[in-house]
Amino acid sequence: MPKPFTPKVVTANHLLEGDVIYQTADGWTRNLAEAEILLEQADADMRLIEASQQTDVVVGAYLANADASDDGPQANHFREEFRATGPSNYFHGKQAGALPGPLNGQESHNPSRI
Amino acid sequence: MYRYNEFDAAFVAERNRQFRAQVERRVSGALTEDEFKPLRLMNGLYLQLHAYMLRVAIPYGTLDSARMRQLAYIAERWDKGYGHFTTRQNIQYNWPKLKDVPDMLDALAEVEMHAIQTSGNTIRNVTADHFAGAAADEIADPRPIAELLRQWSTDHPEFQFMPRKFKIAVTGSPNDRAVIKAHDIGIRVVERDGEIGYEVVVGGGLGRTPMIGKVINDFVAQEDLLPYLESVVSVWNQIGRRDNKYKARIKITVHEHGIDEIRALVAERFALVKPRFEGVDAALFEEIKTHFSGPDFVQKSEAPFKAAYHEDPVFRSWADTNLTAHREDGYAIVSISLKKHGQTPGDASADQMRVMADLAERFGHDELRISHEQNVILPHVHKADLPALHAALKEAELATANIGLISDIIACPGMDYCALATARSIPIAQQIATRFDELKLEHEIGELKIKISGCINACGHHHVGHIGILGLDRAGVENYQITLGGDHTETAAIGERAGPGFSAEDILPAIERLVHGYLDLRASSEETFIETFRRIGMEPFKAVLYPPAPAVAAE
Ligand code: HEM
Ligand code: SF4
Repeated sequence: MPKPFTPKVVTANHLLEGDVIYQTADGWTRNLAEAEILLEQADADMRLIEASQQTDVVVGAYLANADASDDGPQANHFREEFRATGPSNYFHGKQAGALPGPLNGQESHNPSRI
Repeated sequence: MYRYNEFDAAFVAERNRQFRAQVERRVSGALTEDEFKPLRLMNGLYLQLHAYMLRVAIPYGTLDSARMRQLAYIAERWDKGYGHFTTRQNIQYNWPKLKDVPDMLDALAEVEMHAIQTSGNTIRNVTADHFAGAAADEIADPRPIAELLRQWSTDHPEFQFMPRKFKIAVTGSPNDRAVIKAHDIGIRVVERDGEIGYEVVVGGGLGRTPMIGKVINDFVAQEDLLPYLESVVSVWNQIGRRDNKYKARIKITVHEHGIDEIRALVAERFALVKPRFEGVDAALFEEIKTHFSGPDFVQKSEAPFKAAYHEDPVFRSWADTNLTAHREDGYAIVSISLKKHGQTPGDASADQMRVMADLAERFGHDELRISHEQNVILPHVHKADLPALHAALKEAELATANIGLISDIIACPGMDYCALATARSIPIAQQIATRFDELKLEHEIGELKIKISGCINACGHHHVGHIGILGLDRAGVENYQITLGGDHTETAAIGERAGPGFSAEDILPAIERLVHGYLDLRASSEETFIETFRRIGMEPFKAVLYPPAPAVAAE
């Protein structure tokens, strides 16, 4: 029996910076809580394809499990938790200050894609 | 130390120029990630969990102060101010930006360093005993052989597209400090009737199918070494399995065919290969050796050392654990611990790198080494200079006296950085080191090697740890499996699994029970953990790890 669908977000690494990013309804963000939560399989598959086509912005896009909450999507596996916060040995990476809001255009040579 | 010749310099410059163009084409979208990935991997650039990672080769772990300072500069200029020294005698930068990598490679080239062959199915950075050229027990310096192999394998047409990556390690001493039996080929310098030759071991490896290498030839004469190794590699190239990535390493070939069959095939092949080597390699080898002639040792009184040893207990404790016998009278080999209790094993800040570079220059004939145990070595320090050296190390938080002890842990990056990880390893190492420091027990416990990997790939050498810890993902939760009885030395052995794994909360208490159990079980305070394990076997340790009381959940 196929597993029932659980909510997802589209995530990837940013081509230039290498850091973790998440797809929003109209671009990308560095904060999981701002990601677009995908509640249906067909929608998730479609959004992943769209993300994967942006080869000049992102690397290695995939669907990650997430729980929907009032504060936006939350990681529900420790790997995604680390991706969302950064390494646990030092206070650095995202936890030390992922910029809120959408990625700004300077981070890609092709701002229209973001 | 080996200096680049014009050919090497031109080769690296050309590779850097090509890579700069490739990065530009990737950034412009002209290259897709699928096209770019093999190119970046060839240049040591990985994409990890949170960022790109650049892996820089430190051939046979040898550096001078200028190179160490450049590594510090790169860490500060393009990374977050630190670097991570690995078990493969590399340094990894965890946070480079794609656009900066060509500049980083150029900065490395300025000091004759590069990131080539740190990845991919090539012959990787050849590693060597980190005490090479200094150890009292050494027959001959292994680094000229390592360098000869580097030159022979770099860009060798036959060896660019092998079934799988290939790792070689060399030791010049009977005491194996280079883990040669866990490499595809291990080489040990031996002496027979006054003649120097090489024992060759093949088919070792860790990863998902750990194997201890087997002796294929106990004495290969100097002039036969390259043709012999070429024969080994080409037999494997022919019969090694390319159908399955997990069966492609030479350890599987040796396992499937048996060492005797491989030995016969290599002998056959050798008869064909040998005539093609016309002594050029012998001349080259002699030339290379001149680069490793060693420093001009000085003679002076050891009185300052003796006085400090007598008067200063902190210095004495450090000297007792962090010094190793040198072949030259009056000298010592200094191990600088990158394992301060609670710190990330193998990490050094740019400032610390600079301090070590300065100290190497002032007291160490300008030489530094990186050990596979993720520490830094000053191989040639006169004992008279040790008190001043120690004082300077203390100021830089580099004077931890724990070499070979329970807190001198090898830990791979694990889930904190590595995209392949199934669990974290660094925090486990941090907790164990901090706890045993609090207990003030580590000197009492004595020699004990804990090695931790964050997945089955075994970058943290857990199979050959006296206590090995492997982090796994069990139903979405970190889970740690313990192996006991592993050994990374000349008496190499793969550890045995003790039983069900422990959660991240339970692993530290489990290690504590194990160590207290050892203290109770050992025959005397002289008997090390591994000796006790060999004497009494797994069962008594299992009993302490998995007590019947309901207090401890064992799965
Ligand atoms: C963080 C990025 C890293 C990645 C993606 C990575 C990947 C891998 C993989 C896939 C293997 C298994 C290969 C095989 O069995 O054929 C392996 C083995 C190994 N790695 Fe890493 N590694 C990483 C970091 C490190 C570090 C930091 C060290 C040193 C501390 C290291 C040392 C080793 C060693 C010694 C082996 C040998 C095991 C063997 O004999 O097969 N690796 N690595
Ligand atoms: S052992 Fe696994 S987790 Fe650790 S560095 Fe290697 S690949 Fe990554």
